[in-house]
Amino acid sequence: MSTTDFEARLRAALHPVDPPEDMAARFERTLVNLTELAADELEAWELSAMRDPRNWVRPAAAAVVGAGAGAALVVLRVRGRHRRRRDQSAGVLDFAERTVRDLADEARRLLP
Amino acid sequence: MPDPQPLSKSELDRSFSELYRTHLRDVYSYAYYRVGNHHDAEDLTEQTFLQAYRHYERALRESDGRPLRPWLIRIAHNLAANYYRDRARRPESAIEDAAVISAPHTTERLVEDREELEEILAGVQQLPDDRREALIMRFALGMDNREIARALGRSDGATKVLLHRAIKQLEGIVGEQNSARPPAAAEVAER
Repeated sequence: MSTTDFEARLRAALHPVDPPEDMAARFERTLVNLTELAADELEAWELSAMRDPRNWVRPAAAAVVGAGAGAALVVLRVRGRHRRRRDQSAGVLDFAERTVRDLADEARRLLP
Repeated sequence: MPDPQPLSKSELDRSFSELYRTHLRDVYSYAYYRVGNHHDAEDLTEQTFLQAYRHYERALRESDGRPLRPWLIRIAHNLAANYYRDRARRPESAIEDAAVISAPHTTERLVEDREELEEILAGVQQLPDDRREALIMRFALGMDNREIARALGRSDGATKVLLHRAIKQLEGIVGEQNSARPPAAAEVAER
């Protein structure tokens, strides 16, 4: 096989791969909804958690999470686990605690 | 010359959406051939664009009108490197079946073509990282030497040499695979 033939085969092997059809729409929704989603998620634990002074340092972490566009994915994922966290929680404070921990874990994992 | 007027938030978002639509397939293809499966490729693509969005304004300012595709691919390249480092793994298996051959063929021809392309893909996975990436950028994304050089942070000359060596090494790998393989039934029958 000549080098030209080989390159043609290589081009056929490494053909462009189409992303899932709904990916573009999903991503754009993620960006558009960023602020709203971040606010909702923060609100869910803020009201209860802020009553306890031990939790006052945590809004800082959450604010960082809510600050950039990269936070959209974090918020979406944390939000996706909302029900599981609620079911596992012993009470409102425990739920808030779990949400904060989840946010921080996702942020550490996803954000540079 | 004075700096151009900065874009408003909505103009920036519109511009980014355009960039996203134009290059989604490129970034996804690159991610797919780096990580070897659709699930992680989707994740990597999403992270690439989220990170690109965060730095988009600065990238636009500094691009000086040059295409942003190499910048996007460089982000994906860095994230893919983190992906392997964090999970301490490389593409562990052959790339998932991504409809390797899309054109209609006879069954026999299809099987032969498919095997050949799979061998090439397996060979690509055996290449050193920089060579593999250069081939993905050239053949899957259709990037020219200059774009690849920008994405990899190399000179144009070094990139040309890198591509040449990558193709030669891959030819060698595929040749070895073919010579080690037992002859197909059709070849035996011809003898």
